[in-house]
Amino acid sequence: MSNNDNREVIVSVKHVDISFDTGGKKKFKAVKDANFDIYKGETFALVGESGSGKTTLGRAIMRINPCSAGEITFEGKRISGNISKEEDRNVVRNIQMIFQDPAASLNERATIEYCVSEGLLNFHLYKDENDRLAKVDKALQDVGLLPEHKSRYPHEFSGGQRQRVGIARAMIMEPKFIVADEPISALDVSIRAQVLNLMNKLKAEKDLTYLFIAHDLSVVRFIADRIAVIHLGEIVEIAESETLFEYPLHPYTTALLSTVPMPDPLIEKNRKHKVYDPSELDQSGDPREMREVRPGHFVYCTPKEFDGYCEKATRLEKEKGVK
Amino acid sequence: MSENRNVVLSAKDVEVKFRVRDNYLTAIRGISLDLYEGETFAIVGESGSGKSVFTKTFTGMLESNGMISNGSVMFHGKDLTKLKTDKDWEGIRGAKISTIFQDPMTSLNPIRTIGSQITEVIEKHQGVSKSEAKKQAIEIMERVGIKNAADRFDEFPFQYSGGMRQRIVIAIALSCHPEILICDEPTTALDVTIQAQILQLIRDLQKELGFTTLYITHDLGVVANVADRVGVMYGGQIIEYGNVEEIFFDPRHPYTWALLSSLPQLGVKGQDLYYITGTPPSLYNQIKGDAFAPRNEHALKIDFVQEPPFFKVSDTHYAKTWLLDPRAPKLEKPEVIQNLHEKIKKMTDKGGAFHVE
Repeated sequence: MSNNDNREVIVSVKHVDISFDTGGKKKFKAVKDANFDIYKGETFALVGESGSGKTTLGRAIMRINPCSAGEITFEGKRISGNISKEEDRNVVRNIQMIFQDPAASLNERATIEYCVSEGLLNFHLYKDENDRLAKVDKALQDVGLLPEHKSRYPHEFSGGQRQRVGIARAMIMEPKFIVADEPISALDVSIRAQVLNLMNKLKAEKDLTYLFIAHDLSVVRFIADRIAVIHLGEIVEIAESETLFEYPLHPYTTALLSTVPMPDPLIEKNRKHKVYDPSELDQSGDPREMREVRPGHFVYCTPKEFDGYCEKATRLEKEKGVK
Repeated sequence: MSENRNVVLSAKDVEVKFRVRDNYLTAIRGISLDLYEGETFAIVGESGSGKSVFTKTFTGMLESNGMISNGSVMFHGKDLTKLKTDKDWEGIRGAKISTIFQDPMTSLNPIRTIGSQITEVIEKHQGVSKSEAKKQAIEIMERVGIKNAADRFDEFPFQYSGGMRQRIVIAIALSCHPEILICDEPTTALDVTIQAQILQLIRDLQKELGFTTLYITHDLGVVANVADRVGVMYGGQIIEYGNVEEIFFDPRHPYTWALLSSLPQLGVKGQDLYYITGTPPSLYNQIKGDAFAPRNEHALKIDFVQEPPFFKVSDTHYAKTWLLDPRAPKLEKPEVIQNLHEKIKKMTDKGGAFHVE
């Protein structure tokens, strides 16, 4: 997996800024200089606190938020800014989204059959009525629901089942890429596990690529292949999942790691929670950019910080080696 | 450990029903619980298990269609279930028993200043003058970690961040020096980095002011962090309770096993996470036997017939499952949660995934 060069890039985010009008002259930059590639077949996680810009970035890939600088490509073609109507439809079909709150994202007055096949109807992706119903049945079965559920309404389902409907609705379009925005945050502990397992199963069966947006590092560790940590609109660190946990370099990443609650009272009660202190960073005002500290492990830093991170990485490697 | 401690609040066989259209829903099906002075008790459960409803009986805040149909809640020699009007509750709700709710934005009034919302409580409950109330309010704002409290006294909730707003809610709850503080999912709406700070703040204040804390949460990580004792709720009942170490390292009820096993922290990449099949029981119907039995892979025949009593595991640890009956087959807890401490230690020690220097 470490050999990234041979892998096919499915989505590429190149130096993207996203800003919002605030009414005044000054614009609010929600995402600054985001720069990363997502490879085909992987689960790429975007982790950050609320307000960090993680959803904004996910929505930019969906063409919901426009980029104010930079560009986003999907399978090598630019999908940000003005593109032809045909390409727009191509994006809408191939990039689907799974939302956080399944109660809010389904039309409560529509039956499950309509909810799930809405995309098919919009794109006329069925031969005849029977074909459409067959596709709905198939999609429901794929997510572990029964075909007879399709005449029901969303309120007749439990939270976990509703989230399955949300997933079926995305899957029926046979997308190549899925943006899952906090898909399990609104669910109960026991149901979270079901939905995570389902997402993993579908990924393997249908050769999908996920952008998994979350705030909970313990979940992300379980599901993601690579992780990007975003803080106040800046992606501060990108690494393979295990690398990020074993060799966290940026002080914000370490702070975030220290806040993951551990289900062990003896340890949790004596754990130190690190508070992120931006003054630990280089204050010289040198420009920051994504630099590769180790192969595949990027940190957003100034040249001076870069040296510090290299040292830290060497030190951590030594410690693990000794162990 | 607990025998010689004073009981501050004692709930006995509490049963709560809600009238929904022409039906009755039994949300709480007989809970008994003693809270000891100065301890932190955490109630864990999934949504719908009745954890919030149960604690609402301590402050008389049940919705209007709800009623306590059985049992008693004794507090200072008074049965709280007998109190009816707001006047009866005066001097208890908000004064001796306070609550912190989940979302600080909805528990504060958006169009009134922070300062006025704190002084209101102090004036009402302590009957002091306006200027004295303001002095006390600024003191307590500083105590919960608001910098420049005097300057921020006249600001509005929207000018505060989420974490700061929750600090204000805590300040309001503590302004009358309550004996019991109920924290209903106090950090669920907050960011993870803020969560640790708020939990620490509540713990520090508890040490300083000596109140008893009752946490309601679905997050076992939070429980591990704060609790002395834990009660696990399912289908309107507490099904297991004990000291926090007993619940995490020696759980006995299959539902507690399942809850612990499904934590993503314990997940191994490439393998499926453990999950609980089925859905929680409908509380409209009479529940026969063990409420968890239909979802329990270890269920015994008797689980479907007769409700299990509490079996004693230790002086402090009780579980409501037939598995503890001497006649029941011996069952080990699931592999994922065996040697839990060693597993987590490995993760947080040097070289582990969650180690932080």
